[in-house]
Amino acid sequence: MASLDRGTMILNLMKLRTFIALFAVLMFFSVAAPNFLSTANFILMSKHVALNAFLAMGMTFVIVTGGIDLSVGSIVGLCGMIAGGLLLYGIDLPIGYTVYFNVFEVILITLGVGIFIGAINGLLITRLNVAPFIATLGTLYVARGVALLASDGGTFPNLVGKAELGTTGFGWLGAGRILGLPVSIWILVVLAFAAAYLARYTPLGRHIFAVGGNERAARMSGVRINSVKMFVYMFSGFCAAIVGLIISSELMASHPATGESFELNAIAAAVLGGTSMSGGRGTIGGTIVGAFVIGVLSDGLVMMGVSSFWQMVIKGLVIIFAVVIDQAQRRLQQRVTLMQMAKAG
Amino acid sequence: MTLNGDSAGGDDVILRLEDVTKVYSGTVAVKQASLDIRRGAVNVLVGENGAGKSTLMKIIAGVEQPTLGRILLEGKEVSIPTPAAANALGISMVFQELNLLGNLSVAENIFITREITHWPRGIDHGAQVKRATEFLDRLQAGIGADSLVEDLMIGQQQLVEIAKAVSLDTKIIIFDEPTSALSAAEVEILFRVIADLKARGVAIVYISHRLEELIRIGDFITVLRDGRVTGHEMMKNVDTKWIVRQMIGSDAKDFAKSGEHAIGEEVFRCEEISLPRLTGGLAVDHVSLIVRRGEILGIYGLMGAGRSELLECIIGRHIHATGRVFIDRKEVKKKDTTARIESGIALIPEDRQRDGLVAILSIAANLTLSSLKRIAGAFFIHGKVENKEVRSAIAGLSIKVADPAFEVSSLSGGNQQKVVIGKALMTRPKLLLMDEPSRGIDVGAKADVFRTMRRLAAEGLGIVFVTSDLDEVMALSDRIAVMSNGRLIAVRDRSELSETDIVSAAAQGHGPHAAMGA
Repeated sequence: MASLDRGTMILNLMKLRTFIALFAVLMFFSVAAPNFLSTANFILMSKHVALNAFLAMGMTFVIVTGGIDLSVGSIVGLCGMIAGGLLLYGIDLPIGYTVYFNVFEVILITLGVGIFIGAINGLLITRLNVAPFIATLGTLYVARGVALLASDGGTFPNLVGKAELGTTGFGWLGAGRILGLPVSIWILVVLAFAAAYLARYTPLGRHIFAVGGNERAARMSGVRINSVKMFVYMFSGFCAAIVGLIISSELMASHPATGESFELNAIAAAVLGGTSMSGGRGTIGGTIVGAFVIGVLSDGLVMMGVSSFWQMVIKGLVIIFAVVIDQAQRRLQQRVTLMQMAKAG
Repeated sequence: MTLNGDSAGGDDVILRLEDVTKVYSGTVAVKQASLDIRRGAVNVLVGENGAGKSTLMKIIAGVEQPTLGRILLEGKEVSIPTPAAANALGISMVFQELNLLGNLSVAENIFITREITHWPRGIDHGAQVKRATEFLDRLQAGIGADSLVEDLMIGQQQLVEIAKAVSLDTKIIIFDEPTSALSAAEVEILFRVIADLKARGVAIVYISHRLEELIRIGDFITVLRDGRVTGHEMMKNVDTKWIVRQMIGSDAKDFAKSGEHAIGEEVFRCEEISLPRLTGGLAVDHVSLIVRRGEILGIYGLMGAGRSELLECIIGRHIHATGRVFIDRKEVKKKDTTARIESGIALIPEDRQRDGLVAILSIAANLTLSSLKRIAGAFFIHGKVENKEVRSAIAGLSIKVADPAFEVSSLSGGNQQKVVIGKALMTRPKLLLMDEPSRGIDVGAKADVFRTMRRLAAEGLGIVFVTSDLDEVMALSDRIAVMSNGRLIAVRDRSELSETDIVSAAAQGHGPHAAMGA
C-alpha cells in the first residue's frame, strides 16, 4: 500500500521534527549571523539554554502527569534570595548569635527550599484537590512575594563571602569549568541522564506516564497516584532551586525579580519537545532539544541584531507551529494505525 | 417477501442505511449493516450488549460518522456530520445516557439552542415555560416546566428527554433503551406517546433489551449480532424464540466445560461490606461472602444492583466503604488499592477503556503496570525480566499481538480484555474479581475468556465474576450469588438454583416494598 508507506515516512519525519527544527536554526544562524559558529559562542549559548532546560525537565514530568507548574520562575527567584541571604547574613538566632553556613550547606538548604515549595504544590493538588493551574499560580505569587520581602525588594550584592566564615567559593557554580565546560552544563548532563533513566527504566517513571495517560486505570492498577504527583512537583521545585543557585552564582548577586516568566519558557521547551499538554506523552531528550531550539533561536536573533520585540513574535509563532504539527502527527498516527490494522485484517 | 422487495414497502421507508461500517481504533463496531426505517411504524432494534445498536443509532443521529457506507433519507443520499444537522433533517434521539443540563430548568432544557427570543428583550422565559408545559401535559407526568432538572427523579428526567425529542417535531425519533430508568406507570406514558407519534406518521426507532416490550409495541424488528444485521422481519411474524435465536446465533455461546477439580480452603472472605450512595441509602448493603480456592462465584443482578460497587469496595476503590476483608483468613486492614493488590486481590474492571487500560502506553507497559515492584527489583526495571513476563503472559492467554511495544489501543476489543486479564494475573493474585468479563468482545474471544477462567480456577485461584447474562452465570459458576438493590439476596450452589429462581431473586427489592423483602 503506497499511501501507507508514505504515511509512515511522513510520520517518522514528524516525530523527528524537533531535531529537524534544531538543525534548521543552527544552519540558518551559521550563515546569517557572524561569529555564530564559534566554540566560545556555543559554550555561552549552552549556559543560557541549560537554565531553561533544568526548568523544562521538571516541567516535563509535571505535564506528563497531566498537571502544570507555574511556580518555577518564582522558586528560582526565592531560592536565589535564600542562597544570597544565607551567604551574606546567615541566620540571626534570637539568643544573640548569628549562624553562618558554608557554601555546601547553603546549597543543600536552598535545594531543600525548592523541594519544599514543590511539596506544598503537591499537597495542595493531591490532598486539597486544588487544580494544578490554580495551586501553582498561588505559590507563584506567594514565593515571589516572599523573595521580595526578604530584601525589601533590593538586591543581595557581592556574594563573594568571607574566608573566616567559610562562605567563599560560591562563584564556582556559575563560573567554574571542568574539562573546559561550564559546571552548569555538567550538572545538566548528569541530571538529564538521571531524569531520562528515571522516565524509562524505573517503576516511578512508568507510573508518571500511566497517571497522565489514564489516571483512573492507573489507580485501579495499584499505582499510588498521590505519591507520583508529589514527586513530580517536588522534582520540579528541585530543578528550579538549581537554576536559582546557578543564576545567583553567575551574577554573584541575588535579585528578587530573577526568574520572572521563566515558567513560560519552560512550558514552551517541553511542548516543542513533544510533551503533550493533556498528559501521558513526552520525553526528557525531546524537552532538552526543545530548550535548545528556543535558546539558539533567541541568541541567534540577538546576534543578528533583530529587535527583541520581533524575537517575541517569532518565538510565539514557532511554538504555535510546533503544536500544530504535533496535532497533525497525532491524526496521521491514528490513520496509519487504522491502515496497518486493515492490512493485517 | 415484501420486506426485501423495493417496490411494496419502498414508499414507507423514510431512512435507509446501506452497508454501513463503523471502525473504532481497536474494534469494528458495525459491519456492513443495512437497515430500513419506516414511516408511521415502530422499528425495533435488538441485540446483545456490544452488538452495535447504539453505534448504528449514533450514526443516524449525527454523533458518529460511518467509516464506510451510505445513508439515504427519503431516497436521497445525505451526510449527517453533527447532531444539529440531524435535527435539521428531522431526526432526533433520546439517548440512553441522559444529555440534560442539570443546572437549567426543564423548559430551558427543552428549548436549548432553539430558545424563543424577542429582540431586544432576549429569551422569552414565559413563552418557553408555556410551550414546554404543553408538551409536558401531553406526557401527563406531573413535571413542572420551571423546575430544575437536577431536582427531578431519574425517570422524570428521562421523560423530559422524551418531551424534548417530541417538541422538535421530527420525522424520525430514536429511543435508546428508554424504559431502563422508568417505572411501570411511566412506561405506560411512554407507550401512549409513541402510539400518538405513530398515528401522526413519525418513524420511531426503538432499542431495548426487554423482549416482551418489543413484541408489544414493535411493527418491524431488526436483530444485530456482533455488528452485523442477522435478521429483519415484521413483528407479527416472529416470536421470542426467533428473536433469541437471531441474537445469539447458531454458534451458541461456547462455555468451557467445567472440568472437575477439587475446591479447597477458604481463600477470601468479606464481612458486612457497605457503601453509602451519594444520593442517600446504600449502594452496597452489608454484604458478606466467602470464596474458596479453585471456586468460581458468579454474581448475578440487574443494572444498579450494586454488583460492580461490591467488587470496587473489595479492591479498595472507595474510601468510604466499610466492612472487613480477609485473605487466607488474615484481615487486610489497609484500604487503598495498592495494598489490596499486594495482599493478593486483583480486579478486572467492567469498563476497560476507562478503568483498565492506559491507552497510550504500550501493550507491554500495560501488562506490567501492576507488577512493576516485583519486576523492578531494588531500583530499576529489568528489561529482560519484563520481556520474559510479557512474553509468558501473551503466550499464556494467547493474545494476538504483532509487537508488545505497540500501543494497546491498536488491539481488538477481545485482545484488549486479555491484556487487562494478563495485567491482573501478573500480580499473582489469590482472588480474581472480574466485572462483566465478556462485555463488548466477540464470540470467539468470549469463549477464550471463559476457558481461561476455568483453567485459572483449576489452578487454585478463587474467582468472583459479575454478569448480567443468565446463561453465563449458570454455565460458569460453581456457586451463584444474586444481588438486588445493594443487598445479597441468595448464595447457593449452582445445582440448587434454577433460572427462574435467579431472575425472581434479582427482581426483589426493586419494588416499593424493597426494605421489607427477602
